[in-house]
Amino acid sequence: MPIRDALPGAGALAVLQRNFGVWRKLLVPSLLGNFGDPLLYLLALGYGLGHFVGQMDGMPYITFIASGIVASSVMNTASFEGLYSAFTRMSAQHTYAAMLATPLRVSDILAGEVAWCAVKGLISAVAILIVASFFGAIQGPWVILALPVILLAGLSFGGVALVITALARSYDFFMYYFTLAVTPMFLFCGVFYPLQSLPPFAQDIAEVLPLTHAVALLRPLLTGHLPHEALYHTGVLLLYTLAAYVLGWRLLSRRLLR
Amino acid sequence: MNPAFLELRALHKRYGGREVLRGVDLAVAAGECFALVGPNGAGKSTTVRAIQGLTPTDGGEIRIGGRTLAEMGRTARADMGVVPQTDNLDPDFTVQENLWTYGRYFGLPKALIRQRSAELLEFMALSGYATQPIHALSGGMQRRLTIARALINAPKLLLLDEPTTGLDPQARHLIWQRLRELRRQGTTLLLTTHYMDEAERLADRVGIIDHGRILAEDSPRGLIATHIPGGVVELRRVDGELPDPQDLHRQWVSLSERVGDTLICYGSDLSPLLAHFGDDPAYRWIQRPASLEDVFLRLTGRDLREETE
Repeated sequence: MPIRDALPGAGALAVLQRNFGVWRKLLVPSLLGNFGDPLLYLLALGYGLGHFVGQMDGMPYITFIASGIVASSVMNTASFEGLYSAFTRMSAQHTYAAMLATPLRVSDILAGEVAWCAVKGLISAVAILIVASFFGAIQGPWVILALPVILLAGLSFGGVALVITALARSYDFFMYYFTLAVTPMFLFCGVFYPLQSLPPFAQDIAEVLPLTHAVALLRPLLTGHLPHEALYHTGVLLLYTLAAYVLGWRLLSRRLLR
Repeated sequence: MNPAFLELRALHKRYGGREVLRGVDLAVAAGECFALVGPNGAGKSTTVRAIQGLTPTDGGEIRIGGRTLAEMGRTARADMGVVPQTDNLDPDFTVQENLWTYGRYFGLPKALIRQRSAELLEFMALSGYATQPIHALSGGMQRRLTIARALINAPKLLLLDEPTTGLDPQARHLIWQRLRELRRQGTTLLLTTHYMDEAERLADRVGIIDHGRILAEDSPRGLIATHIPGGVVELRRVDGELPDPQDLHRQWVSLSERVGDTLICYGSDLSPLLAHFGDDPAYRWIQRPASLEDVFLRLTGRDLREETE
């Protein structure tokens, strides 16, 4: 299959629009989760734990953790969408099969799905930003720059999730990914404490994981600073996005066009 | 006859070591209805996927309107409608939303999608259900919606993979009626089925496919005339024992088959056979005209096929 077929076309927008249409039907429970979960996290960790922690990295703990929760929520939301929801569309509902009977190609489907993962990540992030700003945990003029970073992070997490989905035989397979990738990133990539408090080898591992770079960009942007080495962190997320897309396209083509 | 609109030449396909298509040749004229009939695993669905360009083949060529599928790429599918074997309507959308969403996959303008959706719901007798969710529809209605959806791009070629499997007789008749209507309007139809009555009722020509090859191809009547001499009598014993164990029927009929507890005799004059067995209280019999099913069973054998497709 020639690599130029990997380039998505306008069809990807139709796929994105389809997913958005379904989401709109389930708006209320979906938004409840988007607003409810971060509220609970901020209360429990920001106030509860923050009471004992006090300051971290030169800011109140609730401010420190709010940006971490934004980043980890993008990861969780985009991953869940790219794993469970996408797998349901592919295997249980045969939605991809229906799409392929039209002029849509595998690349249109994949690009639309990854973009939708990013949009869902953005929706959850914006919900947290709104909740956290009531706690005074979001500050400064650079919040607007955080939005494209959130989208890029969503693309990279969604892309990787779709690679896993393209390989999956059943839902059980996703537990490996959650236990071996999502949960370790959640705990060791700077969401709850600065990376520097980890031993050097653990810092080296964290350095190759995408969530580390999402946190490194979002924490300064959401607390009134411009990030250091912004190009480097952005580059890593871009690399994840592109590599996952190309690999996902190959795997999905092999699976769907037999 | 019109020149071929859809043409398959020497189509080959392997899955691992298994040859699924071993040189399928067929030609369907514009505006014709062609039925591909065969047992499970014969290669029907693979052929339909190949025509959509969704399965890389291991040899052969597919032409639509004179152009090869390879040069047309995905644009080939812009003029095709597909009714898949497995229903894949969007369960989260209403009836009309399913059509609208599908129309967008073809890149059609919104106004055209809305207009065609309304017309197609009318055509498929679903107008009253436009805003209903999919799960509120019966199996037959979902099937009709799938057909309506396949027509959203006003296709020149409609591919139907077992369109009425699992439906009740009323639902099947309504679908057949609409498919004949489409054919009259000039749509070219290629359908796969393992219902012989469906092929007989709909198709101008029938191709019998087995083990990845087309075994015979003609009009339903032509196939029957070529392969089955005259009429048919089926004989069974009331007690379930083997009918006519001494093979007496051989003196009166030239062609017969044993299928389990049934003896099927073919011939133009079956009266001597009935004179002997007709009044025997140990026997039950039916006399009927030869059908496509007789041809099918004679050509593909009578062994049971497990579901593999």
